[in-house]
Amino acid sequence: MTTPMQTCPECEDEVRISQAARLNEIVECAGCRNELEVVALNPTVLALAPEVEEDWGE
Amino acid sequence: MIRVAVVGAAGYIGGELLRLLIGHPEVEVAAAVSSRFPGKRVDGVHPNLRSATDLLFCSADEVDECDTVFLATPHRAAMTQIHRWIGQAKQVIDLTGDFRLDDTEVYQRYYGTAHAAPHLLGDFVPGIPELHRESLRSADLISVPGCMAVAGVLALYPLVARDLVEPMAQFDARTGSSGSGATAGEANLHATRSGAMRVFAPTGHRHEAEISRHLGIPARMTATGVEAVRGVQTICHVTLRPGADRSAVRGAFREQYRDEPFVRLVAHQRGAFRYPEPKILLGSNFCDVGYAVDEAAGRMVTIAALDNLMKGGAGNAVQCLNIRMGWPEALGLSFPGLHPV
Ligand SMILES: [Zn+2]
Repeated sequence: MTTPMQTCPECEDEVRISQAARLNEIVECAGCRNELEVVALNPTVLALAPEVEEDWGE
Repeated sequence: MIRVAVVGAAGYIGGELLRLLIGHPEVEVAAAVSSRFPGKRVDGVHPNLRSATDLLFCSADEVDECDTVFLATPHRAAMTQIHRWIGQAKQVIDLTGDFRLDDTEVYQRYYGTAHAAPHLLGDFVPGIPELHRESLRSADLISVPGCMAVAGVLALYPLVARDLVEPMAQFDARTGSSGSGATAGEANLHATRSGAMRVFAPTGHRHEAEISRHLGIPARMTATGVEAVRGVQTICHVTLRPGADRSAVRGAFREQYRDEPFVRLVAHQRGAFRYPEPKILLGSNFCDVGYAVDEAAGRMVTIAALDNLMKGGAGNAVQCLNIRMGWPEALGLSFPGLHPV
């Protein structure tokens, strides 16, 4: 069983996970808008999915 | 229904007040006072109001008794007319700089003139719902703060109130040209402003005095005019107190603004609009607030954005009116802004 509410590992906001969530599914955190990957089930573990950084005139 | 008058109705803030109040379900606009255009049609000066109103501008002497008067005159005009309007209306909501400070000496230092009604300075409730909501419920004199002051105060208040930062704030503020008002001047020429990043107040901007008053700490501000008609963005640099970390900062903002109808937390790590951006707020009453923490350096940055004529002026004034009248706080203020624009 997955629990419906998880905590975002990045911003600690609550993230709603579908009861039917599968391994490697991607969910979006409403607080920080990061994409989070379901890396384990029972219990559910979320991990930050990496993204390309912005670089303007650095 | 209440009857309201807008004084200084031909200016940019006056035009926004008219737009909001004409569309407000509980308000009848009884008078639009202009010393420049008495007898002229309102929609001749504010063309966006065509078909919304057939109102004509009138002189101050033509105003009948009304419930609420909004003062959107140039600075210094409000304090010389204030007794007339207090005698004629139950509430006065002032959007000029005249009653924003509560200290005559500080007023004189920042505005360069003696105050004409110093005995009234302490009687105005600051029009910042997020800090003074309870006082606003019964306030008959309300002073709406400056646009960059609102942004600066909302961006830093949660941290100062919880003692998370050292008591000194450095603001870098950027503003569109409508903040300079609807009258001509060399600095307002298109040839002067277009493409410029014009540092018009590197020190001593008046809104810095307001921020200091509301936060209770020294604040310094630079103000720059940028390539935009509307919009304000403030970036504030502060030093974290020992022990204050990212989690405490995040918790402070969340707790402070959880139930606020017009303050949104924007500190995203993905997407094109990660931090508060004035462009998407044009015409809306939102103030977006964000932050970034550099834990290793013991410092952080807060960012706030708003439409200077809305949450930085007319919209904030209508929000204060809604609170005073006991109406839903967002009545007449539900426009979410435009994208793309
Ligand atoms: Zn998050």
